[in-house]
Amino acid sequence: MSQTLESAHGHHPAQQHHFATMEQQFSAAKLGMWLFLATEILLFGGLFVGYGIMHNRHPEAFVAGHHHLQRPMGAINTIVLLFSSFTMVVAVWASQTNRKKLLIWGLIATIACAGIFMVVKYFEYSHKIHDGLLPGKFYSYKGPQVEGEFMFFSFYFMMTGLHGFHVLIGMIVLAWILIRAMRNEFSDQYYAPVDLAGLYWHLVDLIWIYLFPLLYLVS
Amino acid sequence: MADVKTTGAHVHGEAAHHASYLEENKGIMNWLVTYDHKRIGLMYLWSVLLMFLVGGLFALLVRLELLTPGEDLMNAETYNRVFTLHGAIMVFLFIIPAVPASLGNFVLPLMLGAKDVAFPKLNLASYYIYVVGAIMAILSIVLGGVDTGWTFYTPYSTSTAGAVTLMTLSVFVLGFSSIFTGLNFIATIHTLRAPGMSWYNLPLFVWGTYATSVIQVMATPVLGITTVLLVMERVFQVGIFDARLGGDPVLFQHFFWFYSHPAVYIMILPGMAIISELIPTFSKKTIFGYRGIAFSSIAIALVSFLVWAHHMFTSGQSPLTNAIFSFLTFLVAIPSGIKVFNWTATMYRGSISLKTPMLYAMSFLLLFTIGGLTGLFLGTLATDIHLHDTYFVVAHFHYVMMGGTVIAFIGGLFYWWPKMVGRMYSEKGGALSAILVFIGFNATFLPQFIMGSRGMPRRYFTYLDQFQPLHQFSTVGSEILGAGILVAILTLVASLRKKPDAIANPWGGSTLEWEAQSPPVTHNFVGTPVLEHAPYDYRHAKVEG
Repeated sequence: MSQTLESAHGHHPAQQHHFATMEQQFSAAKLGMWLFLATEILLFGGLFVGYGIMHNRHPEAFVAGHHHLQRPMGAINTIVLLFSSFTMVVAVWASQTNRKKLLIWGLIATIACAGIFMVVKYFEYSHKIHDGLLPGKFYSYKGPQVEGEFMFFSFYFMMTGLHGFHVLIGMIVLAWILIRAMRNEFSDQYYAPVDLAGLYWHLVDLIWIYLFPLLYLVS
Repeated sequence: MADVKTTGAHVHGEAAHHASYLEENKGIMNWLVTYDHKRIGLMYLWSVLLMFLVGGLFALLVRLELLTPGEDLMNAETYNRVFTLHGAIMVFLFIIPAVPASLGNFVLPLMLGAKDVAFPKLNLASYYIYVVGAIMAILSIVLGGVDTGWTFYTPYSTSTAGAVTLMTLSVFVLGFSSIFTGLNFIATIHTLRAPGMSWYNLPLFVWGTYATSVIQVMATPVLGITTVLLVMERVFQVGIFDARLGGDPVLFQHFFWFYSHPAVYIMILPGMAIISELIPTFSKKTIFGYRGIAFSSIAIALVSFLVWAHHMFTSGQSPLTNAIFSFLTFLVAIPSGIKVFNWTATMYRGSISLKTPMLYAMSFLLLFTIGGLTGLFLGTLATDIHLHDTYFVVAHFHYVMMGGTVIAFIGGLFYWWPKMVGRMYSEKGGALSAILVFIGFNATFLPQFIMGSRGMPRRYFTYLDQFQPLHQFSTVGSEILGAGILVAILTLVASLRKKPDAIANPWGGSTLEWEAQSPPVTHNFVGTPVLEHAPYDYRHAKVEG
């Protein structure tokens, strides 16, 4: 309601009343995002620590477990996510430099990569489910195995599941940014949402960069 | 240099009264969707007070059961549920959000001279997440209850019946509320300080809240993943905490305390932050050792992450681990001691007025010191073996949390109440509550130190006959304590029936919030406040009224 009023005063329509300048608003948002990313790292950190300790206790089970994973699929997903980070950087740069078309295509490419990642993950998951390679008490694999192998799959599903959930959230956020970009909301004066969504997306990639060797390249 | 306080009073207090945040946009719907940090702070305040009463009721039930040995009021299972709910509600629904989310939300932006917190929508979201978490916690009471204690130790928590999963998920949800508040405050303090307000001009309440927020942001996610792992263990038996499946139950203790030890500093640092405001205001003296107090808050926040394993001296850790964590635990005493000595030095030769908030502040000084010093007994390896899991621990914890944080919270509530609602309360009622709380608190928990050192274990619903006199003393004390809290709440509520009568700065405070009208306008200040002198600089102060 006050947007038109503020525009009349020469403020950017996206500027909120409690900030004196757009720069102040941007620096607050950016700091908030970095803090949020720190909490994400600590959240995953608990799983990484648990993984490390249990891997240390049951090295044979973890090595045996990881042979059931399809390394090529993990590698494809790694490349897909790395490429999506590149398209995201392009999108952020495009928003900062008023290249509207490039911004839209960068976002579409990023969302598409996320989609490919999820499809590959779907095939991997259904393969595991079919074989009974499931976490905890649902583990029902009957083939040759080492004792405690279910623990590897507990961590595999918890870690990739939490990460996959973050990819899904990322897709929703990027779709929202895409709609706003098509509505022409962003310019070199106001690109904070694109920038922050980009930061989040890079973190999602970064976590996968650690998950891939931990889960697929154990030996 | 201009004297801001008197000019401020003329402009905002007497000459022109502007419509306050309470008078503008009335109606329940406007409150429920408000982004105003003051309204969100008040909504938080009523919610945490409600939880405080529920948790307090459970505490009184526990004490009543312990009036005599054997089964009187409830059986052992019910007793386990009641003390668990007391602990879980008090920790997760009351103490952690109490000061930052209610008083902090209200006061922090005012102290900075800001119009609001950095992310007002996130602030409202944090409140509703809190409400959802609270409803889940209450539901878990209805759906079978929880009997694990607030620490949810495995393997008991993964095997016992009851609504452990729901309660744990509620803790997970409440964690988000806590993270959002902390994140919001850090961004606010970094970016929304008034022109001229450098970091060393920040009120000490802000420094304390900043340190608290850092812990909230850095530690709570670990609790989040811990609760997720616990639920996974209960539902899927993933194996991580189950020794039969090759996991490690002690690992849960490490995960849990990696959050929950810093969390007790989430609870005490805001209490210390309030005391750092009350003591200079009511001593009319510049705070002694400003930087010492400011940096000791940061130091406590940092050290808090390095001491978690002192909860596990008897869990079979290596002696070397025990020795290291024991040593690190002693480090906490240094910044805590710096604060206590600085507060005392501030009072020395000050012009002390014994208003209600100051009575609470002085109670805090004594009780927190006892609580802090008895912590050293528990940090020392040899004595901890004897005192571990006894009433000594219970008494120590309550001296710090109740004698420290809760008393500071009530003191802060009395201090900022005129600012929040624009009304003065009865000083007699306030003083009576402070005295009752002080007497009742000591009567409740001093005997518990003695019982603990004589071997009374915690969490038992019955006891040997020899402990009966002390237990009865403690139970009577808890009734006095409860009466004191009731008097405090009634005193505050009674003031709401009066016409608004609070001036902008009733106590002669020297921080920016006292320059705003009481209660403030929706955007806090009429015009942009400019800091004209450092906080606690009483050379410029003129007390009004």
